[in-house]
Amino acid sequence: MVNPISGLNKIFDNRVRLGVMSILMVNEEVSFNDFKQMLEVTDGNLASHMVTLEGEGFIKVHKSFIGRKTNTTYSVTKAGEKAFTDHISALEKMIKGIK
Amino acid sequence: MVEKNDQLDALEDIKQLMHRSSRFISLSGWSGVAAGICALIAAAYTGVQLDCWRRGDCPFDQLLQEGGTSLRYTLLFIALATFVVAFTLAFFFTYVRSRKAGVAIWGFTARKVVFNVAIPMLIGGLFIWRMMEYGFYGMVAPACLIFYGLGLINASKFTLGEIRYLGYSQLLLGALNLWLPGYGLYFWAAGFGVMHIIYGIVMWNRYEREPS
Repeated sequence: MVNPISGLNKIFDNRVRLGVMSILMVNEEVSFNDFKQMLEVTDGNLASHMVTLEGEGFIKVHKSFIGRKTNTTYSVTKAGEKAFTDHISALEKMIKGIK
Repeated sequence: MVEKNDQLDALEDIKQLMHRSSRFISLSGWSGVAAGICALIAAAYTGVQLDCWRRGDCPFDQLLQEGGTSLRYTLLFIALATFVVAFTLAFFFTYVRSRKAGVAIWGFTARKVVFNVAIPMLIGGLFIWRMMEYGFYGMVAPACLIFYGLGLINASKFTLGEIRYLGYSQLLLGALNLWLPGYGLYFWAAGFGVMHIIYGIVMWNRYEREPS
């Protein structure tokens, strides 16, 4: 998954997935609806990216109920945190390299 | 080159999202100024009421109730009215600002701010209520200042951090007031009035003033 040349993680090529990870790095637990609001994406679009991130083991899903409505929240995993920081340092290196 | 700009954009995005998602940044300086002015008006009015009560020429109030209860309810009513008006005005200016910035006012971060201010305030309200029932009126103003200060400090992690200093100033005034119980109204006016106005002006100057 890691691009051998730049060290960038392919998973984070997508803006929505990058956004989700950025938000989770500074917030312990964030709900689906809050992501939707902050990233301005549709339900379906967001859900599919969440599945990808969960599949990679980068985020953890917690389901609970508020009354009858399901409340889904997400948090970042250790692996996700590492992947994200690696990606950021690769980005920084790349930008410095080109300069 | 295109690639480089893309990556720079991505980094900028990340920074923005981290900031916006963790802090409620639309709190307007005008909210502080408005709340402060409300508090000063309320304090002045309360001063007048207390004077008239001491002189004993509030015939209408005394007609209604005997003893200390009437004064207590008058004060409670002033406090509640001030809170409602100040909160409404504060909300209004913050609403206008978040409109301009195009962010939802009742978002994730706003909820965190309100929740974190509310915990010390609610428990403080309960505490003050009981103190009044026991007749410790001199401790009401310092308790208001102290619990409010704690609320602000508690919420400062989720909004622009400067509000912490407003919190510290309330704690300091509240603590001093503990040893000067007769001057509660002055401390109250200084904390809720003057400090809010100073804070509001500083924040407006720092974040909202149009660069000329």
